[in-house]
Amino acid sequence: MSSAAGEYLRGIREELARDEAGRPRPVPDEIVIRLSDVRLSFGDLVVLDGVSLDVRRGETLMIAGESGSGKSTILKLILRLLRPDAGEISVFGEDVAHLTFVEALDLRRQIGMVFQNAALFDSMSIYENVAYPLRENTALSEDEIEHTVRERLDFVDLDPDQVMAQLPSQLSGGMRKRVGIARAIATNPRVILYDEPTSGLDPLTVGTFNALMRKLQRELHVTSLLVTHDIREGFRVANRVNLLRAGRIVFRGTPEEMVAARDPYITAFLS
Amino acid sequence: MASIEATVNLRVRRATTGVLDYFVLAGRATAFAFSRPFYFRDGLVQMDRIGVGSLPIVLLTGLFTGMVLALQSSVELTRFGADIYIGNLVGASMVRELGPVLCALMVTGRAASGIAAELGSMRVTEQIDALQSFGTDPIRKLVTPRLMAALVVLPVLTLIADVVGILGGLIISVFRIGITADAYLQGVLNTLAESGFVFGFFPKDFVTGLLKPLVFGAILAHTAAYYGLNTRGGTEGVGLAATRAVVTSSVLILAVDYFLTQVLLVVLRPGI
Repeated sequence: MSSAAGEYLRGIREELARDEAGRPRPVPDEIVIRLSDVRLSFGDLVVLDGVSLDVRRGETLMIAGESGSGKSTILKLILRLLRPDAGEISVFGEDVAHLTFVEALDLRRQIGMVFQNAALFDSMSIYENVAYPLRENTALSEDEIEHTVRERLDFVDLDPDQVMAQLPSQLSGGMRKRVGIARAIATNPRVILYDEPTSGLDPLTVGTFNALMRKLQRELHVTSLLVTHDIREGFRVANRVNLLRAGRIVFRGTPEEMVAARDPYITAFLS
Repeated sequence: MASIEATVNLRVRRATTGVLDYFVLAGRATAFAFSRPFYFRDGLVQMDRIGVGSLPIVLLTGLFTGMVLALQSSVELTRFGADIYIGNLVGASMVRELGPVLCALMVTGRAASGIAAELGSMRVTEQIDALQSFGTDPIRKLVTPRLMAALVVLPVLTLIADVVGILGGLIISVFRIGITADAYLQGVLNTLAESGFVFGFFPKDFVTGLLKPLVFGAILAHTAAYYGLNTRGGTEGVGLAATRAVVTSSVLILAVDYFLTQVLLVVLRPGI
């Protein structure tokens, strides 16, 4: 690892280790999400082959890997949009695979998800999109919903007066992704899952997006699980990295440890 | 040989699972109509799209069907001097069969493809996953309002198609064939009265003609939603889902119409 790169990564880690007032944050030890020996196949295709990982409270864990390595599948398993063939998945201490359908819906309400292409509801305005989880999962009045929507849009650096009435198709890709974050954090979820959030964005927008993710971690103390193949961008926001290859985790550690690793696959992946 | 057997097994298993999934979806969509939360606003929007949006084609279909029915039947009936029965023929045909079936097929062509394409594109752009991630059941939010809308608007559209079809027949009878409006309309009323009445007031033909659209509406909504929600493979998949939704719904409507007619004849007109 070059000393400049190592210095840069250490700087990010130190920033993430402090709260918004600059005070050191306690090292999290509570496990929020745990996958133990999870296996999943679609027909003859093995997608996950004994994946185990932990995500601690308040941290950002990056799952990196090539396209088709099973990264996004992990997020769908956590949300119980899929069920594993074997192994255990626990979120907030609850075994996700054995939840009833209604219990799974309750669990999902505590998790925000930022989708690869934002997945905004294209028939609804931006206001309706961000208000959707509030209408579905809270008993807030219309005034309170509007106040929260404005607050969340403001948090992601969008001018509420300018974008609220617009349809998703009228916004740029970067703006849509920011709306996706605003919608994901609308109900103050304890966990946010990011599925390739920076894919297809220009470098400046990616920078803004990464700053936003760090802000969420520092200010709202959200536990985050980031799935990406863009490992360099992931290094800027993640506390720890798990590298997935053909359905198996082949590396666990900090970004600095990954950069320093001598494994040929990791070296090739980083290059 | 073994590979052929495996392929057949796989296809049979997929087909069976598909049919089961279809009925599970239909059952859940229906059950959600009776439990909270309700999505009334979505239901109203769908009524507008399926009902108001389909009105022009239903009007045109009804009108021209009634007109052509009167025209064709006049050719044969005039030979036997029985052209005063054109009203009976048009009335019975429109109210019992052509009104409900053609209206359902027209609405299916327009609305089933729209529903399947909309839900399909929501599936491939992860909007369905997004709904689920907010704790929303997509069947409750997306399918039940469309089902309710179809159940409400299809009988209304059928009624309109019946009336416009009879009107079309009247136009041809009066201006082309030369029988009086009174004779034509008396024929229509006679044929409806002959079938008997339900509760002493509603002509049985009319009741059967309005029961069918309820079943056809359910077939339309369930089938379109099934193909939409199970869309795979991007935009090509969305197109396929829309096509399959229309073809399957249309075939199911025609097949179910036969069996439904048999059942209704036994229940409402025993002895036939």
